[in-house]
This record gives sequence, C-alpha cells and structure tokens, in this order.
Amino acid sequence: MAASVARKAVKTTVFLACLIPLGWLIYGAMANALGANPVKAIIHGTGVWTLRLLLLTLLATPLRRLFGWAWPVAVRRMLGLFAFFYAVLHLFTYLLLDQSFDWPAIGHDVVKRPFITVGMLAFALLVPLAATSTNAMARRLGKNWKRLHRLAYVVPVLGVVHYYWLVKADVRAPLVYGVLVAILLGWRLRNRLAVRHPAVATQSVERTSRWPQCPDTSR
Amino acid sequence: MPNSVGRLGHTGGVRQTELLLFTHTGNGSFGRLRSQSWAAGNALEAVMIIRRPDDIHPSEITPEDVYRERRRFMQSAAALAGAALLPGLGLTATAQAAVTLGTVTKGPFSTDETKTSYKDVTSYNNFYEFGTGKSDPAQNAHTLKTDPWSVTVEGEAEKTGAFALEDILKPHPLQERIYRHRCVEGWSMVIPWVGFPLADLIKRFQPTSKARYVEFVTLYDPKQMPGQRWPILKWPYVEGLRMDEAMNPLALMVVGLYGKVLPNQNGAPLRLVVPWKYGFKSIKSIVKIRFREDQPLTTWHRAAPDEYGFYSNVNPHVDHPRWSQARERRIGEWFKRPTLMFNGYGEQVADLYRGMDLKKYF
Repeated sequence: MAASVARKAVKTTVFLACLIPLGWLIYGAMANALGANPVKAIIHGTGVWTLRLLLLTLLATPLRRLFGWAWPVAVRRMLGLFAFFYAVLHLFTYLLLDQSFDWPAIGHDVVKRPFITVGMLAFALLVPLAATSTNAMARRLGKNWKRLHRLAYVVPVLGVVHYYWLVKADVRAPLVYGVLVAILLGWRLRNRLAVRHPAVATQSVERTSRWPQCPDTSR
Repeated sequence: MPNSVGRLGHTGGVRQTELLLFTHTGNGSFGRLRSQSWAAGNALEAVMIIRRPDDIHPSEITPEDVYRERRRFMQSAAALAGAALLPGLGLTATAQAAVTLGTVTKGPFSTDETKTSYKDVTSYNNFYEFGTGKSDPAQNAHTLKTDPWSVTVEGEAEKTGAFALEDILKPHPLQERIYRHRCVEGWSMVIPWVGFPLADLIKRFQPTSKARYVEFVTLYDPKQMPGQRWPILKWPYVEGLRMDEAMNPLALMVVGLYGKVLPNQNGAPLRLVVPWKYGFKSIKSIVKIRFREDQPLTTWHRAAPDEYGFYSNVNPHVDHPRWSQARERRIGEWFKRPTLMFNGYGEQVADLYRGMDLKKYF
C-alpha cells in the first residue's frame, strides 16, 4: 500500500517536473522573457529538452544496476513520452515559426541540410517508439518490442549529431551531450562484453557482481 | 631615439610579449611602429599603454580638408550646443558611458524601417570574445577597458603608427545612419549607428598604390575578453575589405548607437559597420588597421573556408552550406521575411562586384 502511494508520488512529481520547461517557455513567450529572439529560444529549448529527456531514459537502467533504485525504471516510459512530446513541439515550432509551413522549402531543407535530415530521421524513429509504448503493444509485439525499442539508443546519437551540425563554432554544448550519450551507451556495451567474455573483463564482472545480476530485460 | 616607450600588458607570462616603441620624431609627425617581437610564434595582441607626446598638433597628421571640416564642425556645434555642453570624444570612457555623443547630424542611406529596440540591440550580440551565447557579451563586456585606447596603423600607407583614439576620431563629424544588419545565422536588426565614413579615415593615412586590401584586428587580451581563453576561434579576430569596398560611402566607422556611446558589447570604442555584408564582417573593438597588398586571412574564413567567404556579401541566392540564406528573422518578429540581395544596398555596392561570380566569391 505504502509502496504504491510512493510510486504514485514519484510519478506525479516527475510528470510535473517534465512540464516545467514547457511552462517556462509559455510564460517566457507571454511575458517577453525569452530575450530578443524568442523563436530561437523556443525552438532551441524544445530541442534541448528532447535530448535531455532521452538521456534520462537511458539513465534508468544504470541507476538500477548501480544503486538498486527501481523508481527510475518506473518513470522511464513517461520520460520517453515526454521526450517525444518535446520533439513534437520542436518539430512543430520549426515548421510554423521557421518555415511558415512552406512545404516545398521544408522539403528542400530536409534534402539539402544534413542537420535537418538527421533531425527528421530522429523524429521519425521516435514515432514508432511512442506508438508502441503501451503495455498492450508490448505484449502484442513480444520479443520484437524489445528489439524495436533499441532505437532508443540510436535516437539520442542522431540528436547529438543534429545539434553538432547546427552549431556555428562553439561545439562545447553538443560535445557535452555527445560525451553523456557515449558514457550511457558505453556502459551498456561494456556490460554486454563482460557477460559474453568474462575472461576479458573480469574486473567489470567483479564490479557488477556486487549487485544481484538482474535478468537483462531492461535497456 | 624613441622618447616614449609603451610597456605593454602581457598575458600568460612568457607566452607572448609585444613591444611597441612609440617614436616621436623631430618634425612632430606621428611615431611609427618600430619593432615588434613575438614570442613562441604566438601572434597575440597585447594591451597598449602609450604615452602620447603633448606637442603634436593634430593638423600635422590630418589632411587639410578634413581638418577644416573639423573646425567648421566644432564651430557649428559650439554655436548650437554651447561650447561647455559639447562632449568631445576626448572624455574618458567612464564619463562617456553615461553621456550621449553630442552633435550628430543625420547621415545618408538611412532606412525608415522600424528600428530594433535599444534593449535588443545591446543584449543580443555575437561577440565571441565575451562568450558564444547571445547574452554573454552584455553580461561580460564590462571588463573591457576602452580608455585609454589606441589604434595602430600599419602597412602600405604613408602615415602609419600608433594613434590615440582621440586623434583617430578628432577630425570626423559624427552622423547617424540607420542601417539594416543581417547576421549570417539568419536574423536581422535595424540599428541607428553613429559614426563617420571609413573612407574619410582611410584617406588620412594616405594608403599607397600597393594597398589593395585593408585588414582590421580586434583587441586580444583574455583578461579583458574572457571568451579568448577558449580557442573557439583563432584570436585575435581579423577582418578585411578590398580597398574599393572600404572606400564605398556605405562603410562606416562606428562609435555609437541610438545617439549614445557604443556599449562595450556592441564593439566599443571603435567598430566597423558594412551593412551589405553579413554581420561578422563588421569587426568590433578595433586596435589595428593594416593596409595590405594581399587578401587578409579573415577569422571566420579561416575557421570554415567552405562556409564563410572573404566577401560574405548578404546573398539570398547563395546558401550557407548548412542552412538557407533566403530568409531572415527580423528581431521582434515571429515569422521570417525574405532576405534582400546585398541586404538591400545593391544600388550602392552592386558595382563593386560586377562580373564576379558571387557563388564562387561568396
């Protein structure tokens, strides 16, 4: 009973927290607090929060494995759906405020600008993830669900590339996200190698074996 | 013998030292840059503190017509404002900051489009010397010391040397010109600059027939410009124009905006404005002007030659490799508007590029 109340509290908190960036952008747009170029602030803000939320979804499994926390995994789906939500806002504000729904120009952009191409691809890959995020879909897809949702590793990489190619000269911010993605994916790769080749990576096995090895149903 | 030696601030100890010897020759002409010693191949600028000989009369370095113009300006300004109220540019920067520029006449080529607000013009800046965020310059540029300020003139010209800012500005009546400003990133503003034609300044130095280009250099001093601690760009910032571009009446040397002294984040105390080119060509906080025979290697061109050309004329038909230049977002507007060829200044500058393939010379 107490456990389910706690879980509910965590979920509610995370839900509300995920709305804060949106709330800030709406407030900022209305109160003229987004600086001289509010459009850029909105497009950039929704994009960066998409990436941050995607990274948070990838953090759930390490947190459980390293610290035994269960709640990050419990809110992972919500984080992923919020990432999709911000990606939709990101795409929509680009289409509306950057391109005024000029479809030929948008098509031209997608074909000719690699950073737009990559961004669109990342969005396209998020769509099936969001669409199959329900328990019913997970049951229906069975093993394929897990396979499909490995796209969650690919999308943040594309997101970082999208960001990197957009920046004029100061690539520090996209590089920081790149490093975070590399750490989160590298950690998984290392675990995988450790399981397959225990002899090669005894140290890492030793390290992970301090915690009970869960059946690897998670990402 | 040099009678006055400027000891220069140096950054990073042994990393670099620039020694400027200020010479005062017997006939009262301005001193020349005598020696420059670079250490460890790091061609870095240093702050210059140059004592200015008191007995040099400005008329000795100033072409007579410019000098007479100055006298006329002084007299009319005095008649208008009263001599006591005329804030000459010899005031210290701190005194200037709170003060307006005094007599500024309306100059030519002004647009009647809605001006971008003073707040936006002074809080949304690309000035990587103070950070790469748009609000970084407004936050960080207070560390820039614009007084004393000196500009070194070098290269293919008759009059070279280190000039105090006051002497650079003295002969030039100020005018306001409301120009469109188009950033290569795809946003634009309308800014009422205060300045004087670059051509008038250049004429005073009497460039020789070998001077085909003019190069400008921004201050290098990571203590004053914290953004220079990161190698985001190759410091110091360098820009340049072909001589005929520099002599075009549109090219403006700017000391103010909105009738006020230029805020640091906008390139105080002296910057260039070339409104038919992308904003990064309009170099800020200039400490060096060099007349050259060969085309200078400009900072953004050096950083990404396929993305930023030497000319960098505003051109809606030549896209940046990574984004379109066909449209722009005017600051203060939600939707984009079409970008104009030469930023709408074709009438003044199109002739400069007649016969050139602007896709090649972008």
